[in-house]
Amino acid sequence: MALLEVQDLHTFYGSIEALRGLSFTVEEGEIVALLGSNGAGKTTTLRSISGLERPRSGAIRFLGRDISHMPAHRIVQLGLGHVPEGRRIFVNLSVEENLMLGGYLLRRTPREVQARRDEVFERLPRLLERRHQLAGTLSGGEQQMLAIGRALITRPRLLALDEPSMGLAPILVQSIFQIIAQIRKGGTAILLVEQNARQALRLADRGYVLETGSIVLADTAKALAENRRVQAAYLGGEPEVAL
Amino acid sequence: MSVFVQYLVNGLTIGSFYALVALGYTMIYGIIRLINFAHGDLFMVGAFAGWFVVGIAAGMHLPVAVQLLLALLIAMLAVGLLAMGIERVAYQPLLKASRLSILITALGVSLALENGAMIAFGAGFDTFPPNILPLSGFQFLGAQVGDVQLAMFVLSVVLMVGLYLFVQYTPVGTAMRALSFDQDAARLMGINVEGVVLITFLLGGSLAAASGVMMGLYYTQINFMMGFLMGLRAFTAAVLGGIGNIPGAMVGGLLIGVLQSLAAGYISSQWQDVIVFAVLILVLVFKPTGIFGERVVERM
Ligand SMILES: Nc1ncnc2c1ncn2[C@@H]1O[C@H](COP(=O)(O)OP(=O)(O)OP(=O)(O)O)[C@@H](O)[C@H]1O
Ligand SMILES: [Mg+2]
Repeated sequence: MALLEVQDLHTFYGSIEALRGLSFTVEEGEIVALLGSNGAGKTTTLRSISGLERPRSGAIRFLGRDISHMPAHRIVQLGLGHVPEGRRIFVNLSVEENLMLGGYLLRRTPREVQARRDEVFERLPRLLERRHQLAGTLSGGEQQMLAIGRALITRPRLLALDEPSMGLAPILVQSIFQIIAQIRKGGTAILLVEQNARQALRLADRGYVLETGSIVLADTAKALAENRRVQAAYLGGEPEVAL
Repeated sequence: MSVFVQYLVNGLTIGSFYALVALGYTMIYGIIRLINFAHGDLFMVGAFAGWFVVGIAAGMHLPVAVQLLLALLIAMLAVGLLAMGIERVAYQPLLKASRLSILITALGVSLALENGAMIAFGAGFDTFPPNILPLSGFQFLGAQVGDVQLAMFVLSVVLMVGLYLFVQYTPVGTAMRALSFDQDAARLMGINVEGVVLITFLLGGSLAAASGVMMGLYYTQINFMMGFLMGLRAFTAAVLGGIGNIPGAMVGGLLIGVLQSLAAGYISSQWQDVIVFAVLILVLVFKPTGIFGERVVERM
């Protein structure tokens, strides 16, 4: 049984059909890349999975349970984390408060939250230096680390990341990808949405290509990276590291 | 000088009542961007609940202190639950609809509460038992300060500080601040947004009820329309402090109380509301974000 199994998913914004019968899976412990151009429906896919959008039809099974009608906070509780597009950290709160909110579900065991917060500080020492600062004063890379750290506190089984390298300098892109690799080593499966297709396919085990709300290609990351169509559309002319 | 201090003392007393109501306005605005026009009427229902409990407790010959304590606690609980019920039934289904629908619904809830109270308690004035509160007091800088005034002021401050600490230092309070900023991100933290909104109404309703009970006792008379003017003044206080801002609502309430007291004392009590609402207009024109607003007007 797959960790996440999405079947024939349809999601609408009013009368606009953003997802048109999407199906894919993520297995335990793997990194799956979701590629596609602007407006293809990548963000909508993640928002549907995590309960922020209500799909009109289709099934989303996580750990064998249908979560397509579950409220978002219950889905987090089941172990599905989501680092949203644009990071969406609470810029009006401190770094520490952001992390504590990541542990909101564990609020009745504050010791545990503190222990896990310290784990995140260990993994992402930059955050420790800035723990009392307002999150809004962090640099873009630090904000992304905070967004990821915040989602790690619940120790998710699956972490969905929406364009984690967006807007970051090349050196920071590298460290974000390293962090993602480490998270997977810790046993968390990853669903990775990236504009930076080359990097994403280097890191991922498998990948899907999305066009106007449907999957048009599904293969191993290696095969996708060698695929002509993918090269032309997503890798062609792209520098080694997108600037 | 002593006259000025007297106006100040009286102004701070009623200002603390305004501040308690203003807090509810500001918290509810902070989390769901709703100017809850029914909030002043919750204050009125609180006053009636307190009056009702005092009537029953007095009939049972309970000591006055126990009567007052019961009135306060029962009114706060009852109105807190009423506020939750209103949110669940009238507002929650409209949170994703247009801003206007929910605003008009709030007006409807306000009318329903006012007319409901009129049917239940009549259109006239009801009075708390005379002399239920001690008339003792002391001199302070030439002004006469009632023990009751002081006790009410202290109680208001305790409630306000309690609320502030709750919002600032508990996980649920932090969740309130988070969701006032970004609801979707809050959901991704595992926050049950609907639940936290209900808790906010519970808190706002109880504070309004505490204010209603104290104001009813202070002026001894209550009426089904008393929430209307209170609502406007408390709203002014919240805007003055910067709507969505909790310390702002406290300071705004106290300022409006003092302003009103000074206006009534030095000019005429008939002019007090003209002056209070002139302040609202001036704030809206020259500093729409209020005293504490800055750019974070949309935050808590
Ligand atoms: N809130 C919304 N209301 C209406 N339409 C929307 C909304 N959000 C997205 N869409 C539309 O749904 C489609 C899919 O958008 P989505 O954001 O999922 O794409 P994406 O693949 O994440 O794009 P990008 O690479 O730009 O982030 C697009 O046509 C978009 O215009
Ligand atoms: Mg997107």
